[in-house]
Amino acid sequence: MLTYIVRRILYSIPVLIVSTFLSFTFVSLAGNPTSLLRSNPRFSPLTLHHIMLQQHLNRSIPVRYWFWVEDIFTHKLGISLSTLQPIWPDIVRTMGHTAQVIIISEVLALILGVAVGIFSAIKQYSFFDYVFTSISFLGFAMPTFWLALLLQILFVDIYLKWNVRIFYTSGLNSPGQGTWSLDRLQHIALPIMTLCIISFALYSRYMRASMLDVINTDYVRTARAKGLSEWHVIMRHVFRNALIPIVTIAALNFGGLLGGAIVTETVFTLDGIGYYFFQKLGALDLYAVMAYLLITSVAIIVFNLIADILYGFLDPRIRYD
Amino acid sequence: MPDPILSIRDLVVEFKTDDGIVHAVDDISYDVYPGETLGIVGESGSGKSVSTLSILGLIPQPPGRIAGGTAMFKGRDLIKMKKKELQHFRGDEVAMIFQDPMTSLNPVLKVGFQLSEAIHTHYPKEPMDTVKARVIELLRLVGVPNPDTRYEAYPHEFSGGMRQRAMIAMAIANSPSLLIADEPSTALDVTIQAQVLEVLKTVQEATNAATILITHDLGIVAEMCERVLVMYAGKIVESGDVHTIFRSPRHPYTIGLMDSLPKLTEDEEWLRPIPGAPPSLINRPSGCSFHPRCFQSQGRLQCREEVPALRGVEGSEHLAACHFSDELIGRTSKFSAPVAGGAA
Amino acid sequence: MTEPAPAPPTIGQAGLTDTTVEAGLEIKVRSQWDYARRRFLRHRLAMGGLICLIIIFGAGIFANYVAPYTYDGIDLNNILAAPTTAGHHFFGTDEIGRDYFSRVIYGIRTSEEVGVLVAVLSSLIGLVVGAVAGYYSGWLDNILMRITDLTLTLPFLAILLTAAALLGTGSQWRVTFILAALFWTSIARVVRGIFLSLREKEYVEAAKAAGAGDTRIMFRHILPNTLGPIVVSGTLAVATAILVEAALSFLGFGIKPPTPSLGVLVAGGETNPQQWWLTVFPGLTIVLIVLCVNFVGDGLRDALDPTQRRVRA
Repeated sequence: MLTYIVRRILYSIPVLIVSTFLSFTFVSLAGNPTSLLRSNPRFSPLTLHHIMLQQHLNRSIPVRYWFWVEDIFTHKLGISLSTLQPIWPDIVRTMGHTAQVIIISEVLALILGVAVGIFSAIKQYSFFDYVFTSISFLGFAMPTFWLALLLQILFVDIYLKWNVRIFYTSGLNSPGQGTWSLDRLQHIALPIMTLCIISFALYSRYMRASMLDVINTDYVRTARAKGLSEWHVIMRHVFRNALIPIVTIAALNFGGLLGGAIVTETVFTLDGIGYYFFQKLGALDLYAVMAYLLITSVAIIVFNLIADILYGFLDPRIRYD
Repeated sequence: MPDPILSIRDLVVEFKTDDGIVHAVDDISYDVYPGETLGIVGESGSGKSVSTLSILGLIPQPPGRIAGGTAMFKGRDLIKMKKKELQHFRGDEVAMIFQDPMTSLNPVLKVGFQLSEAIHTHYPKEPMDTVKARVIELLRLVGVPNPDTRYEAYPHEFSGGMRQRAMIAMAIANSPSLLIADEPSTALDVTIQAQVLEVLKTVQEATNAATILITHDLGIVAEMCERVLVMYAGKIVESGDVHTIFRSPRHPYTIGLMDSLPKLTEDEEWLRPIPGAPPSLINRPSGCSFHPRCFQSQGRLQCREEVPALRGVEGSEHLAACHFSDELIGRTSKFSAPVAGGAA
Repeated sequence: MTEPAPAPPTIGQAGLTDTTVEAGLEIKVRSQWDYARRRFLRHRLAMGGLICLIIIFGAGIFANYVAPYTYDGIDLNNILAAPTTAGHHFFGTDEIGRDYFSRVIYGIRTSEEVGVLVAVLSSLIGLVVGAVAGYYSGWLDNILMRITDLTLTLPFLAILLTAAALLGTGSQWRVTFILAALFWTSIARVVRGIFLSLREKEYVEAAKAAGAGDTRIMFRHILPNTLGPIVVSGTLAVATAILVEAALSFLGFGIKPPTPSLGVLVAGGETNPQQWWLTVFPGLTIVLIVLCVNFVGDGLRDALDPTQRRVRA
C-alpha cells in the first residue's frame, strides 16, 4: 500500500512540471507581457526597463520559466503586473476563503448525494426515485451561473419585499465579523447552495447507477444465498463496492468545482481565488493569472492523489499495480 | 425409499419483460432424496437454474414471479415462507454453489472473512476464533494449500479453481442437508473441472448432503449423479436413474443430446447436432415444445396440439414426456455400454 | 440398432459459404442500424427530447421568420416591460426596449451554431487522432495519452477563460475554435480505446491475411464500430459546449454584444434583479436545450451502445 502511495506521488511531480510549463508557455506566448507592459500608460520608460530586467522578459521562455519556478520557492510568486504588489499574500488570503466554501459544499454534496443515491437504488422506480432522478437531470442541465443568479435574485427580492435578511447576496462578511461567525455563514450560504446542488446532482445519479450495478452482481447473490439479512447485504457488500466509482467521479469533478467557484465568487462578489483570477484576467495581469493556474493545478493534482489513495484503500485489487 | 428431503410440485416461474411474459419454468415437479445426487440437464434457457434459484428466493422479484407451486423442504413450504424465515434456511440447511467463481466472491473483502460470514450469520454466538478455525479446516478439506495464510487473502489472489473450492467450502460450512451446485465447473478449464468435481465428491462424502447438480454436460452427469432430470423449454421431459437413461433414453431430446456428443472410440463423418434452435420462452410452440426440432415427431398432429404429460415408461420410475416414447423402445444411444464410474 | 447416417448439417448457409468479410459486415451493419433505430424510438424521453429540440433549434435556424422583432431593435418608449401579449413581447423587454423574446431566439441560434460546430469539429479531430493513436500504438499513442491525462489535471474553465481572454474574445467563431481545441481530447480517448481493442480481433487478422492495407482495415472494419460511441459523445458534447460558451459569455470573456448569446442575456439580468424575466427566460432556454440534448444523447446511447454502462433513470 505504501509503495502504491509513493508511486502515485512520484508520478504526479512530472505531471505538475509539464502542466505548469505548458500553462506558462501558453500565457507568455499568447499574452506577451512585454507589449502589455509597454501599452500600460502608468509606467515610465525607466520603470519599464527596470521591470523587464527584473522579470527577465528579454530572455527566452524556458529561462523565464526557470526563474518563475525559482520565484515560487522563495514564496514570491512574482509581482502582479498591474498593481506591482507581491502576488503571494493575495493568493493566501483568497485561497482560504475559497477553500471554506468549496469544502463545505463538496462534503454536503457527497453526503447527500450518496444517501439519496443509495435510497433511490433500493427503492427503484418509487416516487422518491422519480423525484430525485428529475432533480438530477435538472442539476445537470443548469448552468452554475444561472442558478447562482436565481438564488441571488430570490433573496434580494425577499429582502426588498419583507425586509428580512435570511442570506446575504454579496460579499464575505459584514464589517467586523469573523471567518466562522453566523454572519459569515449567512454570506456564504448561497454560493454553497449553488455549488452543492450542482455537485449533488452528479453524485446522486452516479451513486444510484453504481448501486444498481453492484446489487445485480454475482457476489451479492452469493451473499444473499448465504442467508445474510438484506440490511447486511447492503451495508457490507453493496455499499462499499458502490462507493468506489464515486471516488473517481469526485476527483474528476474537482476541476469543474474550481470553475464553479470562479462563477459563484463573481456573482456573489466573494473575495476568493476565483474572483481574484477573474479580475486579474480582465486586467491581463499575466503573472497573477499564471499564479492562479499554478495553484489550481497543484490543488487538482493533490486532490487526485488523495482520491487515488482513497481508492486504493477501498479496493484492494489495485494496490499491487 | 425414505421420504424426500425436497419436494417440488407444479412449480411455475415467469418473468415479465418488455416483449412479453417469459415462461421460464412451466409446471415442474420432482423430488430429491437425502444423500443422493440428482442431476438436472438442459441447454441454456431450459429453466434448470431458475427452478432452484426461485425456490430459494434468489431471483429478482420485480420482473420475476413464482406463479404457482410448492417446494416442501423438511415439511415447510419454501415458497410460502417469509423473507426472514427463508434467510434462516439459506446458507444453513440449503446451500448453493454458483457457476462463475471469478465474479461470485466480493472482490474487496478477504476470502476468510467471507467464509466466516457464512458461519457467523447463522451462529452469531460462536466466538470468532472457533469460526476461524473451522474455516481454515474447511479450506483444507477442499484442498486449498496453506489455508491459514489464504484466509487473509483477497479473491483476486486466488486462481479460478481455487476460488471455486473456496465457494464449495463456503457452501458446506454449516453442513447443509441440501446442496445445489449450479454448473460449478462450466466456467473452468477442463483439467480444473475434474479437480473441482473431485472436491465436490469429497465434500458430499464428508457431509452426506443431498445434491442437485445442474449442468449441460452429460459427461458430468454420468460421473457424478444417481438420478437425472432432463429439462427443455421450462419443462421436465425425462427423468429416471442415470443408468437407465443412458442405456435407453425415451425422449427424442435426450436422444438428440446424446447423439450430438462425438464418440471417441469410433470414426464419425459428421457431427449430429439437434437441428434448429431452442424456442422463445415467450412464444412457445403449441403442443410439445420440442416438436419443431424432433426427428420422431415427423409433424404428427398430436405433437403439435397436445402437451405430452410426464408418464412412466413401462410403469417404472423412468418417466418421459413424449407421446410416442414407446416408439423409441429398443433404440439405444451411443452409450449402450455400461456407464463407467457412476455415482457412489 | 442405429439409424442411418443423416445428411451433413445445414446450419447457417451464409456462415459457411460467405468467404468475404465484407459481405458479412454489410449484412451485420444493416440489421444493426435497424435494431438501433427501433430501440431509440422506444425511448420515450429521447423521442420527447428530440421533438422539443427540433422545435427549439428550428426556431433558432428560422429566427428571421419566427422572431417578431430584430434582436437589436431599440424602443426607448418601452423599456423594462414585463412579459405581456401586447405587441408580442412574450418575454418582456430589456433596459433599452429591445424585445426579449426575439433576443432569446437569436440567442438560441448562436448557441446552436456554437454547440453543433464544436461537437462536429472536436469529433472529427478526436476521431482522427484517436484512430491513429489506437491503431498504430507505440510512441504516438503514448503522447496522446499523456496529453489527455494533462487536460484532466488542468482547471478546465480557467484555461478556457485564459485562452479566450488572450486570443481574442467577442467573435463567435474564435470561441468555437477554442472550445473545440479542448473538447477533442475526451472523444479521442474513447476512439483510441475502441481501435486499440478491435485491432486485435480475429476479423482484422483475417483481413490482413487477405491482403487488406491499414487504411482499409481502419475504415472498413474498425471505424463502423466507433460511430456509435462517437455519435453519443458528440451529442453530449453539444450540451457541454453550449453550457461552457454560456458561462464564458456570462463572465464577459466569450461572445460579446452585439452578437446575441444566451449567456450574455443572462448577464444583463444581473444588473436588473427586479426584472426577473431578464434572467429567467434565457437561462430556462439553456436548461431546456441542454436537458433535451441529454435525453437524446441517452436515447442514442441506449440504441447504439447498449453494452456501455447506462447512467439513466
